[in-house]
Amino acid sequence: MKIGTPKETFAGERRVAMTPDSATALQKLGHTCVVETGAGSEAGFADADYAAAGVEVVKTAAALWKAADVVAKVRAPDATEMKRLREGQTLISFFSPVADEAKMQSAAKKGATVVAMEMIPRISRAQKMDALSSMANIAGYRAVIEAGNNFGRFFTGQITAAGKVPPAKVLVVGAGVAGLAAIGTSTSLGAITYAFDVRPEVAEQVESMGAEFVYLDFEEEQQDGSSSGGYASVSSPEFREAQLAKFRELAPEVDIVITTALIPNREAPELWTEDMVASMKPGSVIVDLAAEKGGNCKLTVADEKIVTENGVTIIGYTDFPSRMATQSSSLYATNIRHLMTDLTPEKDGVIDHNMEDDVIRGATIAHAQEVTFPPPPPKVAAIAAAPKKEAAKELTPEEKRAAETAAFKAQTKNQVTLLAIGGALILLAGLYTPASFMQHFIVFVLSVFIGFQVIWGVAHSLHTPLMAVTNAISSIVILGALIQIGSTSGVITFLSIFGVFMASINIFGGFLVTRRMLAMFQKS
Amino acid sequence: MELGFTTAAYVVAAVLFILSLGGLSGQESAKRAVWYGIVGMFIAVVATLIGPGQGLWLLSLLLIAGGAAVGYQLATKVEMTQMPELVAGMHALVGLAAVFIGYNAHIMIGYVDGHLAENGAALGGAIVDGQWVQSVDKAVLEPLSAFGQLIAKKTAVEITILQIELVLGIWIGAVTFTGSYVAWGKLSGKVDSSATKLPGGHILNAAAAGASVVLAIIYFSSGSLLSLILLTLLALFIGWHLIMGIGGADMPVVVSMLNSYSGWAAAAIGFSLGNDLLIVVGALVGSSGAILSYIMCKAMNRSFVSVILGGFGGPAGEQMAVEGEQIAIEADGVATALNEADSVIIIPGYGMAVAQAQQGVAELTRKLRAAGKEVRFAIHPVAGRLPGHMNVLLAEAKVPYDIVLEMDEINDDFPDTDVAIVIGSNDIVNPAAQDDPNSPIAGMPVLECWKAKQVFVSKRGQGTGYSGIENPLFFKDNTRMFYGDAKASIDKLLPMID
Repeated sequence: MKIGTPKETFAGERRVAMTPDSATALQKLGHTCVVETGAGSEAGFADADYAAAGVEVVKTAAALWKAADVVAKVRAPDATEMKRLREGQTLISFFSPVADEAKMQSAAKKGATVVAMEMIPRISRAQKMDALSSMANIAGYRAVIEAGNNFGRFFTGQITAAGKVPPAKVLVVGAGVAGLAAIGTSTSLGAITYAFDVRPEVAEQVESMGAEFVYLDFEEEQQDGSSSGGYASVSSPEFREAQLAKFRELAPEVDIVITTALIPNREAPELWTEDMVASMKPGSVIVDLAAEKGGNCKLTVADEKIVTENGVTIIGYTDFPSRMATQSSSLYATNIRHLMTDLTPEKDGVIDHNMEDDVIRGATIAHAQEVTFPPPPPKVAAIAAAPKKEAAKELTPEEKRAAETAAFKAQTKNQVTLLAIGGALILLAGLYTPASFMQHFIVFVLSVFIGFQVIWGVAHSLHTPLMAVTNAISSIVILGALIQIGSTSGVITFLSIFGVFMASINIFGGFLVTRRMLAMFQKS
Repeated sequence: MELGFTTAAYVVAAVLFILSLGGLSGQESAKRAVWYGIVGMFIAVVATLIGPGQGLWLLSLLLIAGGAAVGYQLATKVEMTQMPELVAGMHALVGLAAVFIGYNAHIMIGYVDGHLAENGAALGGAIVDGQWVQSVDKAVLEPLSAFGQLIAKKTAVEITILQIELVLGIWIGAVTFTGSYVAWGKLSGKVDSSATKLPGGHILNAAAAGASVVLAIIYFSSGSLLSLILLTLLALFIGWHLIMGIGGADMPVVVSMLNSYSGWAAAAIGFSLGNDLLIVVGALVGSSGAILSYIMCKAMNRSFVSVILGGFGGPAGEQMAVEGEQIAIEADGVATALNEADSVIIIPGYGMAVAQAQQGVAELTRKLRAAGKEVRFAIHPVAGRLPGHMNVLLAEAKVPYDIVLEMDEINDDFPDTDVAIVIGSNDIVNPAAQDDPNSPIAGMPVLECWKAKQVFVSKRGQGTGYSGIENPLFFKDNTRMFYGDAKASIDKLLPMID
C-alpha cells in the first residue's frame, strides 16, 4: 500500500504526519511512502531527508491524494481535501466525529475509510497510538515554557548578592496528561507547584510529580452524600462552589495558572472567573489550554495573548503542539506508525482493516460506506474501569473472634482425628507384633515426632545447609556396615567395605560442605 | 567394651544430632549446630568401632580415611552453584550403602540358619503353648557375630518382621540410589532435564510397585535370594523412571524428597539391625526431608502427590493470551534507572546460578549501597534448584544476609520500590499465577515485582521458563527486557553505575 502525507492546509499548522524515521519504519511493514513537497519543511524535515529515506516526493497535493492508498495527516481534512478523498482510500487524522459530522457522513457515502486519531480507545495496548496523550504531553510542557516566556521573574527561588528572589508559585488545574506534563516541567524549573483535579484519586500521581495536591474541604460531605461512587455528584453546584472558593483563596498568591480542564465533547467548564483574574498580582500569567473549547477562563481569547487591565497576561494559544513541530511531528508520526503496524498484521504491505479488533474498530468512524460511530464498548475494559476484585471485607471484632474460634475448632478436630487414627494404627501394630519390635518402634515414632517439631523452626535461607547436614547424618548407615564388616562371611565383609567407604565419603563431604556454606553467611 | 556403653554413646549422639538440626533455626546458631552434628557422628562411629561385634576395626579406619579423602576433595572443589548436584549425588551413596547393608542382613539370616541347623537348633525356634519361643545355647551363639546372635535369638515372627524391614530398607535404598543418580544427572546437565516418561507412565510405576509387593511376599515365605534381587531391580527401575518423569522446575522438591527417602532407608536398616541410633537419625532425616518437600510444594501451590507422580496437572481451560510486546533495553538504560532509583529489589533465580552471576550481582549491590540506595533481595521459596539455593549463592558472594528477605517479608514493599531487577527467574514472578485461573501455576504465591515502578528482566532470550508458561510480566508497560547472559549483562552494567 502507498501511504501519503500531504502538507497541512490549516493556517499555522506546522506539524507533519510522517517523518523520515517513521517512513523507514513504514517501509519495513511492506508499504511505500509518498509526501507532498514541503510537507515537513515547517517541522524541520526537508524534502531531501524524505527522499533519502526512500520516500517519493510529489509536487502537488492533488497528485498526492491521487497516488496514496492511505493518507495520514494531522488536522481533519478541509473541504478541498474532502473532495479529493475517494472510494477505497483510508484517511488517518484527527477527526472529531461530533464537530465534523457532515464530513464524516460524506466520507462514508464515498466509501472511504476514516480512522480518527482522537477515537483510539484508551486501553493499555493502544497507548502507543494515543496521539491525544502524546500531543497533550507536549502542550503541557509548552504551556509552562510559554508562561515562563511571559513571566518576568525566575521560577526558582534564589538568594543572590543582588537580593532575594522568591520562587514562582504555579497552579495547574486538571491533572490529565497535559496537566501532569505541566507539573513536571514546572517543578523541574524550580517553581512551587500546586495542582488540582476533580478526581481525588490522581492526588498520588500529582504528588509523585513533585507538586502539592490542593484538597477541598468538601470531601467529607461528599463521602457522606453519595454511595454511588461520587462521580456524578462531583460536578454538583455545591462541589463547584467549594472548588471556586478554593481557587479564589489561591488566586492572589499564585503567579502562574495553567488550566487544562476539558470534558470530552463539551464546552470547557469555567474554573477561573473574572474576579479571580482581577485579584491576581500584576505580571501574573494564565495559560488556558482549553482555549479551543471556549477556555477555562472566560477572558481567554482563542489563539491570542491578551493582557488585562491589572497586568495579567492570558495566553489562549491552541497550537502548542504545532509550536514544537519537530518534536510533536516525530511523536505523532510514531503514533501513526504504530497504528499502521496494527493495520498490517502480516507486515506484508497489505492492510487488513480488522473491525473485530477493539482498537481499530474504536478509531474507525467511517468504513465500507457506513458511518461506524459511535463504536460499541471495547471488549477489553479500560484501565480504570471495573475494579478487579472487591477489597477484603473488614471484619467486625465479633466476626473475627467467631472465625478464630471456628479455625481453632477445625484445627483441634483435625489434630484429634490424626492422633486417633495414628494411635489406633500403632495399637493395632502392637497387637500383632512382638515386644522387641515395639521397643524400636517407639523410638522410631518419637524420633519422627522430634524431627517434625525441630525442622519447622529451620530458617528458610538455611534449607540448603539443612539438606547438606541431613545428608551427612543420614550416612549414619555406616554403623550398619561397621557392625557387619567383622562378619565371618566373605560376601558380607566385601559389601560392608563398600558401605563403609561410601558412607564415609558422605559424612566428610556433607559436613565440610555445610561448614563452607555456613561460613559464608555474614551480617553486614 | 560393653553394650551398655555403646548404647549410652548412641544416646549422646542422638541428642547431638537433634540439637544440630534444631540449631539451624538461625544463621549464627547454625555455625555451632554443624559442630554438634560432627561431634555426634564422631561419637557414634567411635562407639561402634570399639563396641561389641566389631572385628576389622583397622580396615574400617582405613576405609573411613579413604572416604574422608574423597569427601574432602568433593566438598572443597565443588562450586557453590553445583551444590544441588553434589547433594543429590551424595544421596545416591547413602541409598546404595543401604542396599548393601540390607543384602548383608539377608545373607546373615541364611548363614545363621545354617549355623543353627548344624548345632541342632532351628532358626525362629518352635511353637510352645501356641507361642513362638526361641532358646539357643550360649555355646551355639558364641561363634556368631553380634548381629548373628541377634538373629539367632529371634522367634519366627521376629524373623519375618526382620525380613520385612530389610526388604523395605533395600527397596527404599534402591529407589533413592537410582533416583538420586538421575537427579544428579539432571541437575548437572548430563541428562535432559525435561520430564520424560516411558510409554505407560504412571501405570508402569504402579505395575513395578505391585510386582515388588508380590516379590516381597514370595521372599517372606521362601527367603529366596532371586526374588530379592528381582525386587531390587524393580526398585532401581522405579527410582530411575520416577525422577526421569519430573521436570527441572520441580527439582527442589525432588532433592528434598530423596533426602527424605535416604532417611527412611536408614531407619528401615536400623530396624533390621536392631540399632536405635540408626532408627532415630533415619527418622529425623526422613521427617526433615518430608517437611522440606511439603514446604516447597506449598510454596508452589502444588500437590505433593502430583509433583512426585511427575509434571503438572493439565490446565483447566484456555489460558489467557498475553497481549503486548516485550520491550528490550540496553545496559545504559538500566544504569540510568538504577542511578536515579532510591530503592531497588533484586529477584535472583536459577538463571543467575547458571550464569555464575552472583559475584557481579554482589558487586552491583555494594556499589548501589555505597551510593546510599536501599538494595534488598527477594527470595522466592522455590527459586533455584534446591531449597535455599539463592541464599547460599548470595552468601558465597558476600551479600549480607540481613538484606536478603523472604517472599512474605518483602512482597508488600514492591509498590514503594523504584526498580525491581529480575535476574534469571521466571515462574516465581509470573503474574498469571494470580490473574489467570486457568494457568497451570494458578494460585502459586509469586513475588509481585510488577508493582514496582520499573521492572528490568535479565534473561537470555524470549523463550519461556522451565515450566514452559508464557509470562505476562514481560509484556507489562513498566517492564523492560535486558537480554543476554546474566553475568555478561551485569558486567556490562557495573561500570555505568556511579
